[in-house]
Amino acid sequence: MRFEGTDNYVATDDLKVAVNAATKLRRPLLVKGEPGTGKTVLAQEIATALGAPLIEWNIKSTTKAHQGLYEYDAVARLRDSQLGDERVHDIKNYIKKGKLWEAFTSPQLPVLLIDEIDKADIEFPNDLLQELDRMEFFVYETQETIKAVERPIVIITSNNEKELPDAFLRRCFFHYIKFPDRTTMQAIIDVHFPGIQKMLVSKAMDIFYEVRDVPGLKKKPSTSELLDWLKLLLHEDMPLDVLQSRDPTKAIPPLHGALLKNEQDIMLFERLAFMARRPNT
Amino acid sequence: MFFSFMEELRSAGISASLKEHLALLAALDADVIGQSPEEFYYLARTTLVKDEALLDRFDQVFGKVFKGIFTEYGQNPVDVPADWLKAIAEKYLSPEEMAKIEKMGSWDELMETLKKRLEEQEKRHQGGNKWIGTGGTSPYGNSGYHPEGVRIGGESRHKRAVKVWDKREFQNLDNTKELGTRNIKIAMRRLRRFARDGAVEELDIDGTINGTARQGWLDIKMRPERRNAIKVLLMLDVGGSMDPFIKLCEELFSAATSEFKNLEFFYFHNCPYEGVWKDNKRRFSERTPMWDVLHKFPHDYKVVMVGDASMSPYEITHPGGSVEHFNEEAGAVWMHRITSTYPATVWLNPVPEKQWGYSQSTKIIKELMNDRMYPLTLEGLDDAMRELSRKHGH
Repeated sequence: MRFEGTDNYVATDDLKVAVNAATKLRRPLLVKGEPGTGKTVLAQEIATALGAPLIEWNIKSTTKAHQGLYEYDAVARLRDSQLGDERVHDIKNYIKKGKLWEAFTSPQLPVLLIDEIDKADIEFPNDLLQELDRMEFFVYETQETIKAVERPIVIITSNNEKELPDAFLRRCFFHYIKFPDRTTMQAIIDVHFPGIQKMLVSKAMDIFYEVRDVPGLKKKPSTSELLDWLKLLLHEDMPLDVLQSRDPTKAIPPLHGALLKNEQDIMLFERLAFMARRPNT
Repeated sequence: MFFSFMEELRSAGISASLKEHLALLAALDADVIGQSPEEFYYLARTTLVKDEALLDRFDQVFGKVFKGIFTEYGQNPVDVPADWLKAIAEKYLSPEEMAKIEKMGSWDELMETLKKRLEEQEKRHQGGNKWIGTGGTSPYGNSGYHPEGVRIGGESRHKRAVKVWDKREFQNLDNTKELGTRNIKIAMRRLRRFARDGAVEELDIDGTINGTARQGWLDIKMRPERRNAIKVLLMLDVGGSMDPFIKLCEELFSAATSEFKNLEFFYFHNCPYEGVWKDNKRRFSERTPMWDVLHKFPHDYKVVMVGDASMSPYEITHPGGSVEHFNEEAGAVWMHRITSTYPATVWLNPVPEKQWGYSQSTKIIKELMNDRMYPLTLEGLDDAMRELSRKHGH
């Protein structure tokens, strides 16, 4: 059971080692990187590659750690007691399983994705320390311990909005997805658009890396944006010479909406174009 | 195993603990990786480093510790003598094949191109798998006409592996690191005062039991969830002598904005006078009169002033002392108005505490603040937050 990337996901060597270490030792793998470098997709691809079910837990700012374990619906129970419902006698009926519980008791070894852990409250990772370390937790209402049949494969992603506590980090493997270099990027494009014109890709990548190199960009375009942009170029049947004739007075690449997501960045490009035009006039 | 490596890492500031050390050994034991230094490097990195800002430092330590341990085999630069290649080619190629190659150009030309390409590839060397003729259609290289013999340049796995960390690809991630706001946030947690406010969200069990007992039927009561109801007014000194502390103030500011829902901030220069502003670019055109601030925000606001309090004493004590404009009333008067309007007020000073005694103005401000001046360190912040959360009579 080794992860080697999949048909639609290009994994670099270091990523493969990290994933294999995490799956073999069954410790959580913390994945960081620029937005759009394929952190979330990684978990899906690992699940596909290993033929395991994927359990996704998307974290929001309001998510509490215990929601991943279980929730006790006291209000429903009170209501049922009033109505004389039979279910009221068994407290188990009012305990809703969380994603961790689901993962621990899954009949087949699952991949658990804890997506964007940094969105949650600053104490959130600390509240999950024991649960992720021992892969078990205690349900007070029913006095039972839920223990993982088999330690699930846990992938955690973070966008670095908040720092994670040391104690939490110690329990994880860590991988930083760095921005793909040209060769890797070419491989990624080949996977997503088989049979795309080589010239188009090469021109588009020139422009793409140029855009990324412009100093002072608020949000640099990333892999997912390049793929979107290529899709658009293909869809619009953009003639190759539009990309080729890199007129300095037109600093903004065609269909820039897919690459630049910020009006300040677009302004920046317009200013650059203006500066390029000035010496000629 | 790897004790010196661990020691070296720790002394380089990468706090790899016993837990990670054991994890690394466990991973090696479980045969997670094959037997190549490259993979070992990746494994060590994923196990021991938990912060992308430290990756570059890790690469350096790794290079230092393992330098010379990996063999040098096949790492010498490529220098292919033409006649040597020719000899080998002649030895392995049938006359027909030779003829075919001849068609591509003269033998010398061919060798020249081969050499050039070798050099070029040695320079680029991206990822290591771009060696000559692996595709087979090119006449250059092993799979073309020489299956096992000429390992041009020797595609050594060792070399690639060493390259990986010697490339130090993560260099620019270091230093750009946003310094930890976590600790500041934790310190600010002291200021939390929870209050129930807003829409009904959680079951009030006591209220429900009470109501049910009174009514005789189930009477469910809901109540708002607890929220941090603390209100903070942050006043920041900008410009001039505060420049060295910009980073620190930014951190404090970003920690504060994410920690407090009710946060208002204003800027002033050196000492607060009759006007403060919110946008530093428009500090002269868009001022908020201090009176408006004092009237608008109720007394239960906690005021945090941040400044180095280093200025000419006249800027505090005398009308017209301000360096920027003519102030009709002295800074001290305004300081007094602030502290009397807001009983919970502290002054955070980024200058180290032991230097405060050398500055006359710092002493005056400290006096005006009734000694509630704290250094902008974690400890000082902690004390300041404790002071703010004290019960204040008004």
